[in-house]
Parts: sequence; C-alpha cells; structure tokens
Amino acid sequence: MSAQPTGTAPDLLNIEVDGKPTQIRKGAMIIEAADAIGVSIPRFCYHRKLPIAANCRMCLVDVEMGGKLMPKPQPACATPVAEGMKVMTRSDKALKFQKDVMEFLLINHPLDCPICDQGGECELQDVALGYGRSVSRFTERKRTIADENIGPLVATEMTRCIQCTRCVRFTSEIAGTYELGGMSRGENLQIGTYIGKTVETELSGNIIDVCPVGALTNKPFQFKARAWELIAKPSIGYHDALGSNLWLHTRRGEVLRTVPRDNEAVNECWLSDRDRYSHQGMYAADRLHAPEVKRNGQWQATTWEDALGAAAEALKKAPGSELGLLVHPATSNEEGDLLVRLARGLGSAHVDHRLRQLDFADNAVATRFGLPVADVAGVKAALLVGSDLRHEMPLLNHRLHQAVKKGAKVYAVNPARFDFNYALAGEAVVAPQALVDALLALAKAAVADGAAAPAALAAPAALAAAIDGAAFDEGDKDAIAALKSGRAVVILGEAAVTHPQASWLRAVARFVAEVTGAGYDELPVGANALGLGRLGVVPGNGGLDAHAMLAQPRKTYLLYGVEPPHDFADGALALKALHGAERVVAFAAFASPALRDVADVILPIALLPETDATLVNVDGLAQGVQAGAKAPAQARSGWKVLRALGGLLQLAGFEFDDLAGLRDGIAERAVAGRDGLAAREPVQGLARLATWPIYRGDAVLRRATALNAHPLNRAPAVRLNAAEAQRLGLAGGNPLRVGDATLPLVIDPAVPDGAAWIEAAQDATATLPPYGAAITLSKA
Amino acid sequence: MSRITHYFKSLLLIELFKGMWLTIRYMFKPKYTMRYPMEHIPKSNRFRGLHALRRYANGEERCIACKLCEAVCPALAITIDSAPRASDGQRRTTRYDIDLFKCIFCGFCEESCPVDSIVETAVHEYHFENRGENVVTKPQLLAIGDRFEADIAAARAQDAAYR
Repeated sequence: MSAQPTGTAPDLLNIEVDGKPTQIRKGAMIIEAADAIGVSIPRFCYHRKLPIAANCRMCLVDVEMGGKLMPKPQPACATPVAEGMKVMTRSDKALKFQKDVMEFLLINHPLDCPICDQGGECELQDVALGYGRSVSRFTERKRTIADENIGPLVATEMTRCIQCTRCVRFTSEIAGTYELGGMSRGENLQIGTYIGKTVETELSGNIIDVCPVGALTNKPFQFKARAWELIAKPSIGYHDALGSNLWLHTRRGEVLRTVPRDNEAVNECWLSDRDRYSHQGMYAADRLHAPEVKRNGQWQATTWEDALGAAAEALKKAPGSELGLLVHPATSNEEGDLLVRLARGLGSAHVDHRLRQLDFADNAVATRFGLPVADVAGVKAALLVGSDLRHEMPLLNHRLHQAVKKGAKVYAVNPARFDFNYALAGEAVVAPQALVDALLALAKAAVADGAAAPAALAAPAALAAAIDGAAFDEGDKDAIAALKSGRAVVILGEAAVTHPQASWLRAVARFVAEVTGAGYDELPVGANALGLGRLGVVPGNGGLDAHAMLAQPRKTYLLYGVEPPHDFADGALALKALHGAERVVAFAAFASPALRDVADVILPIALLPETDATLVNVDGLAQGVQAGAKAPAQARSGWKVLRALGGLLQLAGFEFDDLAGLRDGIAERAVAGRDGLAAREPVQGLARLATWPIYRGDAVLRRATALNAHPLNRAPAVRLNAAEAQRLGLAGGNPLRVGDATLPLVIDPAVPDGAAWIEAAQDATATLPPYGAAITLSKA
Repeated sequence: MSRITHYFKSLLLIELFKGMWLTIRYMFKPKYTMRYPMEHIPKSNRFRGLHALRRYANGEERCIACKLCEAVCPALAITIDSAPRASDGQRRTTRYDIDLFKCIFCGFCEESCPVDSIVETAVHEYHFENRGENVVTKPQLLAIGDRFEADIAAARAQDAAYR
C-alpha cells in the first residue's frame, strides 16, 4: 500500500513537541503548540491574553530545525513555529537552562512564603519546586523595594516582584490606562505607578490574577485564608447584565473572595472589580438574620410563621388593584415568575422591575444584544448613545477597547464627556434635554446619506417628522460613514435607557442601527432585566408601570429586593408613595433605616451567591447558578419564601415542592411594545444629569466598603462646567443647596452647558429630582 | 537421702531465711520506683506534650498565621483565623484553637512551623474540668509558652544539632 497523502491545511504547520507530533497554525508560538497538546512549559511572563514580552526567560527550550540543534535555547513564548521543527522541553540541556533561570529569578525573591498571601497558589513556588534546585547557593544581600499604596483593592509587596511585566502589559493593553510601568533598569527595575497613585481602572483586580507571585494580592482578602482552605463554587456576577462567570471562594459557607471563571463568550478570563469585590457587601452589619414585623411602631424579630402570616394578611387586606409589586431588576427568573403568579393570584396587574426607567411610552423591556458581546471586539465602528460604558459594563467596554486597538472608530452622543480608555473619533456632548436632538442629527445625516426615509420603515410619524426637521454637520456625516464602513454596533447605554425621553433615544438609535446595518445593543438596567422582561414581570392589562405605581400611590406595596430610595429613578417620589401606603411588605437582604421606616414586614432573603437561580445575560444566555454560600441564620432563598407565602394565601401556581417543580412551571410571557413616544417638554434652566455610579448600583455594592473607598466612587457633588458656574455666580468647592441636600460644587469640564451632573444613589443624592428634571441651585 | 536433706531443710527453715536474705538485700539497694508526682522519670528533649505558642525575646508573638500547622495536622485539631493586625497591619492570627481531644501528639505542627512558634512542651500533666476546656485558645497557648519558655528553649537547644 502506498503512502497516504497527508492533507495539511495551508496555514497549519507540522511540528513535534517532546516527540509528540502536532499541527499548529502558522505564526503561533511554540508555547501555544505545547499548551494545546498538554505539554507543560514553565513560564512567568507569558499570558495568552497579553502581548508577548519574553523577559522572564523561564520557558527556554531546546529546538531542532532541519535536523540541526539550535546552538542556544529559544524562549518558547516568543519563537514562532516552523515546518518540521522539533522542540525538546525536557532534554538535559533544556532542564539545565530552566534550572539556571530559576536560580536567577530566585536571587532577589524574598523567602517570605509563610507570610505571603500567594503561598499555596504561587506560580513561582510551583515552578521552583518543579524546575529549580533544592538548595540556594546565593548568600549575598537581596534587593528590597519600597512599597506603594495603589488603592483599597490591590495590596502590593513589590520586593516579591520578578518583573514579568504582566501587570504593566495588562494596564496598557487591556485596561488601557497605562497606570503601571517599569522604572530604572537591570537589577534596579521597579514596577509601580511612579507617582504613588491609586490604580483607578475598573478592571484593576485582574492584575492580582495575572501576577505570578505575591507582589500584587487581593487587599480585602489580605491574610484571611489560604488557597487550600477555600472551596470554589461556580457562580455569576449580578451587578451588570453581562453575567460574568466567576468562582466564589468560600470557607465555612462564607464568600471570602471572587475570581474569574473562563468563558470566552462572556468575560474571557477577566472580571470587573465590581463583580470581584462586591462580596464584602454581603456581610454588612445591617444584613437581616431573621424575619421582622413592625408592631406598634417597634420592630420585632420573629418566626417565619408569624412573619409570613403578617405578610399574607397585609397583602390580602386591600383589593388587588391597590397592590403594587416593585421588583429589583437583578431578581432571578424563578423569583420573578413567582412574583407574577403572586400578583395574578392577588388580582394585581401592577408589577414592574424597571425601577430606574422614567419613560414608559414605548413599554420597552430589555432585549438581547443584536451584536453578541464576543463580536464587539471585532467591530469597525461603534456609536455610543448615552453611555458611560466603562462604568456601566466594564467588560463590554474592554471588548470595544480591543476593537479600537485594531482601528475601530467610536463615536458618542452623551450627556457628559464620560471618561473612556480610548480616543473617541467623534463626540457630541449635550445637556440631557438636547440628547434626542443630537441623536436626531445623526439620523438625519443617515437619511441624507441615502438611507430610506424613516417613513418607509414603519417608524412613528412623529419620529419621521423629527428626523426630517433635524440639522446635521460634518461630524454626524463621518459617524454615519464609519458605521456603514463595515461591521458596526450602536450601543444604547444606561444614561439613555434611564433618560426621561428614552423612547425617543431608543427609536432613533434603532433607526440609525437599521439604516447603517449596525448591530443594536441596548444595555439592560439590572443584571436580569432581560430575563424579567421575557417572563413578563411588567404591568399586565391596565397595570401601572414602576413610575406610575409611585405617582398614583397604592395602598399596599410589595418590595422585592428593592432598597428605597436608592434603587428608584425618582427616590423622593418613591419614599413619598411608600410612606403614604398603609402596608409595605419588603423582601430584602438588608434593612436600611429608610426601609425600616416605610416597611411593615421584612422577610430576609438570600442574595444571588446564596441561592439557586437563573439569570439571563445580554446575549440571551440563561445562566443557572447553584447556591455557593450560606445565607445568614434565618434568611432563606427568595423562591422558598414566595412558595410559602403563596401557599399560605392558597394561590394557584404555588403547588410545587422543589426547584425542579418550580422551573417546570416557568413560561415566557411576551411583552407587547408600543409605538408611543414620550412628550418632549423643554426644561427651563439646568437639567439634572443623573448617572448611577459604578459602585453604587445595588444594595450589595453600596455596602462593599473597599469598592466604596475607591476613587471611582466619587463623593456626592454638583458638577457644573466653568461657564455655567460663572453664569450662576458660583465658585467651585462652595457648598450648594439642592432641594433639601447640601452638596459641594465641583467645576467639571466634562459637563455640558445647561446640565448639572449629580450622581445618583449616594445617600445625599438619592432623593433629589430625577434625571432630566429641572434643578435649582442656591448658595448654602 | 533426699528425704533426710528435705527433713533438715524444712526443720532449720533454710528456704525461709534465703527468702528473707533476698528481702534484706533489696532493702539496702537503690529503689526502682518513682515517687510520682514528687519524682519524675527523665524525659527526652523531644517529648511531645501540651502545646504552646512561643514569643521572641522582645515579647512579640512568633506566629505569623502561615497556617502550615493547620494544613499538616492529620487530626484536624487546629483551627486558625487570621487578619492584618489592627495596630500595624502585620499578618497575625485572630484565633488559634487546638482541640486536645482531637490531637494525636504527632508533632507535625511543630515540624512544619517556619518560625518555631507552635511547639509541644514536655508538659503532660493537665486535666479538664468542664466541657469545652479541651479546646485551647490562643491566649492560653501563649501563656503556656510564656510559663515554660526556659524549658522549651533548652530542649530546642539540645536538639538543634539534629534538626
């Protein structure tokens, strides 16, 4: 039999690693080929997601080309493969190289493993054990380096650094902030910020993961536990709708730290600081440990039986039309579905999870991304509408950053000059009341560029007329041309979805996406807004939406995971309605003073890491998680509490006995959108720009002390630009009176004319007039 | 003949006197018995008794909360919690419990300790009067260390050449 022809795809090369033949794409490095077939090569500086530096020299291997051995060892991470190459990773020579490099790396590394947090999960320890010599021959003095304080999230011990520069490459290439660098040369090389500042990127925790030694460690976790004591439980992030995959590292049922779980389609191998450090908030002092009932104005801890009885009685008292259910948008599918069943059973149509939305004219619920998250890294152009993407969804912004590095152009129409870690190709920054006009200009430019007129696209007549009446400039034309140049995406951010004219922004952005052929990605507000939208946790026939439910107060409210006033678009309105209500039943994990003030019964529920749940992420991916941590004392999973309550009320749909039974009964309920557009009323004077700060998004985040101490969580203030402040005769730093709050004035060039930027969800700002409302400032 | 020998032996009580002689001889020989607890059998310097946590000469506790003893303990008798110390941020234990009912006195904790903090002293005389007293806490262990530091140090010095 003759030799079989070996079919080799044109871009694959045949090489041999440790005698094992393999095929690998052209241009790949030896280390990739070795990793693919499970041959381990020791490495420190190589990281598959970071550019190659080849400066640790740990991956030196013996290479044979064309039957001839290369005279010197080659770094496996920086040597491209070639046809017929033979790699020996365990030959005598290779072992000697590796042993010698290891000895050099250990020369200046302190022997403080017993007090080092990396001990037990340290790449240097592992590699030294596998490839180093057993005894040190070095008797001279070791180099030491003074430490820097780089903030509340990352602890440093730079004497331990082996200068692999993974963290430097991470901040430059992934975070895009260039905050860490190498100073001096040779033995004096130091990694640091140079000026001793806090590392401010929203992805800073990842430098802990990439650091192979204990130079950068997790500060809130400092000295708490060893890697071998922790049990890793798979879970997901619940502070944005990306649903980052992560591991909860628990000990005795308590989450001690969080690390990323690889998922290329969602978070790759990264994790935002928000998801990484939020677990601190779970163990805040005001976490509820037992059900409580208010009797004669006094809170009493009580039994579940008693509390459920009180809750059932309160819910039955008023007719269904007087009952409003306000559901936090991070609530799981299981709980969301049960809440709809509960509302139906009690005859109420007033259910909503869109607490932070102001405009319900189009009755829109979150929809899955038109362009999946993973594909955002490959776009040629992007248009951000009302989006502080870095803070709203850090890892989506990271994908866009990768696209920009490959030449993508990003345009933005924003109510403030938000901070991006890449240069924008064009930006329209206008006050909230002018945001729709700025976006209409783009639509007009698209129409002028030959797009079908909106009338032909079944858009509402008002929209077509508005686009017709808009004026555009060269910048708008550029943006449209870029969006049409290739794969593109229009991202509607939280600052647009929560805008008082969100229906306009949504309609125009959709139109622009449609006519330019770009994908349309609307950021859901809340980790499971998509899932709750699918399950129809929205007003039924004749039901009131989240805003109307507060504007037309009900007699009874059921709050599910909601913390007044911070979680509402209009905190003051929410507090007023809840105060006025006769009965408020709250399902909550934490009891803030404001909640204790308005509620009558508080039922303690478990947080996402402590319960079995399903959340739907932006790509429509339903991710189920199992309880990883133990809920404190009497707190129970929300679905169990709802089951007990529904059973007590003898409602239909609560006959199941376990989670499987519950899940069998879950059905999607289509939500009908409307063609409505909000009325556009001009704002006199200054309009408030309210954005949700990155670390104030929900009750858990607001209690995460390390995150709240981070500079990205700015102190509450009124931000005006210099011209506006001068017009009002105000000077920076002075206290201002806004409503019933006193806030300092900060002169911020990021704020456009006509706007006062006051971030929401801070204790001092939660009850101020909502986003887009007129605001009056006076000297305090 | 043998009957005659037997007759005289029993008449003159020779065997009795032989036995008495042995008794008298032992009366004047050194004693084997120890008058415990006034007297103790000499112990090896490697004796593994009650645990102690040691301090440095300047009064600083040695333990750095590396948790190696906890990890190596085959009986899972050691429980450690740790945190940065409030005063200076150093890595220290906030809880160091040894359950003496679980402990099998194998000495692995002492062997694994990088700073010679946890040691097993020569003390083997202790008792518990109440439930729960079998769990020895960090202050108790440090107190034991303080009390027997001289003995502990002497025993370690004797054994130093073989460690």
